[in-house]
Amino acid sequence: MSELSRSQQDYLARERQHRAQVRILRAMVLVLLLALWELCARLGIIDSFIFSSPVKVWRCFAEMAGDGSIFCHIGVTLFETLISFVLVVAVGVAAAVALWGSRGLSEVLEPYLVMLNSLPKSALAPLLIVWMGNNMRTIIMAAVSVAVFGSILTLHTGFMQTDPDKIRLIRSLGGTKKDILVKVLIPSSVPLIISNMKVNVGLCLVGVIIGEFLSAKAGLGYLIIYASQVFKMDMLVMSIVILCILSTVLYQAIAAVEKRCL
Amino acid sequence: METKLEVKDLCYSYHTLEGETQALSELSFDVKDGEFFAVVGPSGCGKSTLLSLLSGLMEPEKGEIRIDGTDRKDSDAVIGYMFQRDHLFEWRTIFSNVSLGLEIQHRFDDKAREELMGMLDTYGLSGFLNARPGQLSGGMRQRAALIRTLALKPDILLLDEPFSALDYQTRLEVCDDISTIIRTRRKTAVLITHDLSEAISVADRILVLSSRPAKVKGIVEISFAPEFDRPLARRNAPEFSSYFNELWKELKNDE
Repeated sequence: MSELSRSQQDYLARERQHRAQVRILRAMVLVLLLALWELCARLGIIDSFIFSSPVKVWRCFAEMAGDGSIFCHIGVTLFETLISFVLVVAVGVAAAVALWGSRGLSEVLEPYLVMLNSLPKSALAPLLIVWMGNNMRTIIMAAVSVAVFGSILTLHTGFMQTDPDKIRLIRSLGGTKKDILVKVLIPSSVPLIISNMKVNVGLCLVGVIIGEFLSAKAGLGYLIIYASQVFKMDMLVMSIVILCILSTVLYQAIAAVEKRCL
Repeated sequence: METKLEVKDLCYSYHTLEGETQALSELSFDVKDGEFFAVVGPSGCGKSTLLSLLSGLMEPEKGEIRIDGTDRKDSDAVIGYMFQRDHLFEWRTIFSNVSLGLEIQHRFDDKAREELMGMLDTYGLSGFLNARPGQLSGGMRQRAALIRTLALKPDILLLDEPFSALDYQTRLEVCDDISTIIRTRRKTAVLITHDLSEAISVADRILVLSSRPAKVKGIVEISFAPEFDRPLARRNAPEFSSYFNELWKELKNDE
């Protein structure tokens, strides 16, 4: 390695210092908030029965981790989210390809898709329960319905913007519509599909929680509703904290896939 | 020399809800076997439409396109098409980019692979087989695009302003390079361009089109003394500017 110039060294040092500052401040925000919350609860400024406190939340987690029940709830929510996510991606890509393949089909279905996409999906959940019963299938369907229509529309719009000259190239080489699909459309849309997956995984989690609110015997959404009904605020706050962590982990997992693919 | 490509009374119009736009009107010309034929005309005059029709990407409304005497639709002649931009796929290596056409036509056997390797070697790309297009210079990318087209052994090469996306200096070099390759392989080529100097520096004959709807305004034969017969050298030849003026007058002349 060649010797770095003085100005480059200075620049790198400044950059390192800036990053360290950001990391420290990030951690401090969290620590300060937790400390303030705990302090207010201890001093009686807020009622810890209503607002809970970091220590009580942690105790609740430790207790539920002790008998393993919390892992069961996390597992159920995670399982439902992953299944619905896989379904959304599969159905989304397949439907968008079908719409791309047929101008007629896409023009006929467009207003319906737009309508279904803007419909608040939580309105569908009660209907799904009546149709499909009080079970996991309903929850997965609810989650799929939240994400799938937007996914189809986004992917279809992206597919339609494929460089027309690249399509002409494939045709000039004697390729069929299938060659265009396999050799241009899908590979050139990988970044789009992955960024769409990032959105979908969050939406699926939203859908799963909506579903669990209404029809579930386990899962974090169920835990939130149950805790609010019996006024176990520690448990409620803990479930929300776990949801925060879960959604971040899911998002980061896809970001990691993106980094490897692109 | 035999006639390779024959265009007779070709007409084409674009249809939209707002109306009809006539792009080509009764266009007729011949291209001889092994000839480098250039088509010039004002922008938007329908040059690209002409290439799309010749390549079979679109069907003519009226008129005929014959290759070696048979109608284009019944002819099994292979037509190679080079676009303005190289359109090498970033998700493929150079080797799998140049073999794209063979792959699509399911002709990618050992013999084809060997020929392809030979071409890559001849044109200085054998060190970049596994490189991504982004790692190549503009000139090398156009060469790769040419190899992708030549791999299918086209009878006629259509060039749609293949150098216009490059910066000026690269453009002169790539134009020299690509047209020399095409000439040494004795391919029949049809080049469209709006750059008169480019047309003069590569072509045997130049067809001048009118503004839309495109009609034939005239055909200019180009010939240079042997010592000047290479694109970059032609630009220094004394005849160059007189050809330029002739074409310019032809283009400007509104009858």
